Amino acid sequence: MSTIALGLVRTKYEFIAYFREFDALFFTFLFPVIMLGIFSAAFSGMSDLGAGDAKVNFATYYLPAMAAAGILLSGVQNLAVRIAEEKSDGTLKRLGGTPLAPLSYFAGKLLTALVTGAMQLVLLMLFSHFLFGVALPTDPARYLDLLWIFVLGILTCGLLGIALSAVPRTGRSATAVVIPLVLFLQFISGVYLPFSQLPSWMQTVASLFPLKWLAQGMRSVFLPDQFKTLEVGGAWNLGAVALVLLGWLVVGLVVSRLTFRWIRKDA
Amino acid sequence: MTTDNVVTVRGLRKTYGLGPGAVTAVDGIDFDIARGEVFALLGPNGAGKSSTVEILEGYHDRSGGTVTVLDADPQHLHGGALRDWKARIGIVLQSPNEQNPLTVRQMLTQVAAFYPAPRAVDDVIAAVGLAEKASSRINKLSGGQRRRVDVALGIVGRPELLFLDEPTTGFDPEARREFWGLIRSLQAEGTSILLTTHYLDEAAQLADRVGIIAAGKLVDIGSVDEIGGAEARVPLVRWHEGGEVRERRTHEPGRLVAELGARFAGEPPALEVIRPSLEDVYLELIKQTRADAAAAAPEEALA
Repeated sequence: MSTIALGLVRTKYEFIAYFREFDALFFTFLFPVIMLGIFSAAFSGMSDLGAGDAKVNFATYYLPAMAAAGILLSGVQNLAVRIAEEKSDGTLKRLGGTPLAPLSYFAGKLLTALVTGAMQLVLLMLFSHFLFGVALPTDPARYLDLLWIFVLGILTCGLLGIALSAVPRTGRSATAVVIPLVLFLQFISGVYLPFSQLPSWMQTVASLFPLKWLAQGMRSVFLPDQFKTLEVGGAWNLGAVALVLLGWLVVGLVVSRLTFRWIRKDA
Repeated sequence: MTTDNVVTVRGLRKTYGLGPGAVTAVDGIDFDIARGEVFALLGPNGAGKSSTVEILEGYHDRSGGTVTVLDADPQHLHGGALRDWKARIGIVLQSPNEQNPLTVRQMLTQVAAFYPAPRAVDDVIAAVGLAEKASSRINKLSGGQRRRVDVALGIVGRPELLFLDEPTTGFDPEARREFWGLIRSLQAEGTSILLTTHYLDEAAQLADRVGIIAAGKLVDIGSVDEIGGAEARVPLVRWHEGGEVRERRTHEPGRLVAELGARFAGEPPALEVIRPSLEDVYLELIKQTRADAAAAAPEEALA
């Protein structure tokens, strides 16, 4: 079977396994939905957020943030932790003894992240729309933007997750290495706190990493156009979103390719 | 260049670490495995068995010597050639402990797809005795059942050469005998097998030849009936006399038993005639190796 066909075989079984692992299901798949629910419920009594004459409720404001966070969790967090655990518990050693190509293994991981990430995004949109009255975009062009931002974002985050999986020394330390990093990125990138209210040095640091751009892209999809006045430079700047994500995609691809091993090689 | 050997090992060395702290796990080992042969590698824990096997499987690079497995040097294979080579071997690793949420059939169906000419999944499940557990999740199985899954995954690709690293750990006696039947049927189909095991009766049952490793060196190699030399096979006669256990090694146990019968004027108390098993020969060889090592380095023995 070809490398691609085997990637699809891997995807099928990765997908089945994904929904049988409670940890992944809760901390990756449902987490952004739960956070959106908590934020929206907690701030439901407060006045709407506005930019110019456009006003939105808190749930609407947090939807793009949680959409970006979901992509980060499905890509970076879930893959980095899962692959480090698989390296530690012998799963990768077993696969390494079969004719499976590492590329097929990567493809299985990335496609699973793509499918589960898409399901998560749809769930977030339906949840915020039906429970919190969030008005979803009606312009088809916005959905086209959503499509490329999502696909580029999940592939970039997935490759960065594969690259990051080489860092933890053991499966048990994987969450200790990965989760603080992911949390830190979410705080400085405007996921939990409004990006426009962060100090400019923090905005500058966040601009080096993909999450800030992913969140910006998601805001361009889900918020009224007037909100772009709150962005740095007063524009959505989707060209920069694409460039930064592509740049990190290449970094993730090169580092994954260079550092990936089925087992920890001895000296 | 094709030979009749599926495995050729010459002067194999493996050192872990560098400088004064370096540990030599494998210290110059030679052996061959002929096509269709079952070869057992025996030795105490830490003797270098797993290091040797994992070098042959392509997991580790060696520090010295030459290795040929199925006409290739696993250390120098890459990309498609490496995958083609891996498609011809089957590996049952020592005690993996993955938490696999897939069912037995799902996992086997998946892994079978990696190989060009796999065995039928249901046949393999039946062969390892897991037909009733085919739809159970692997992480819900008992230790012995998981080990059967490991074996099933090792053979589903129809390997020419099968590596079995302590395959029957956690098996009950009945399961072990079923497993022996499976190995014999694989051998009958022409599969060559490298087995490591701590169960000497298992090696005696299955192996055409055995190699015994201690402290990284091959202590002896030969057929199960010949290993340890003729001396090690001399029968032992044991009986009770004067309140203590008496033993004598003799090439003529019948004559000794007859003498004892005459001396005791009837049945000698607690009489046994013992033909040393592979396990007895093995233990004696390991004991000698340790004694030789202690004699060669008395200061270390004292330390």
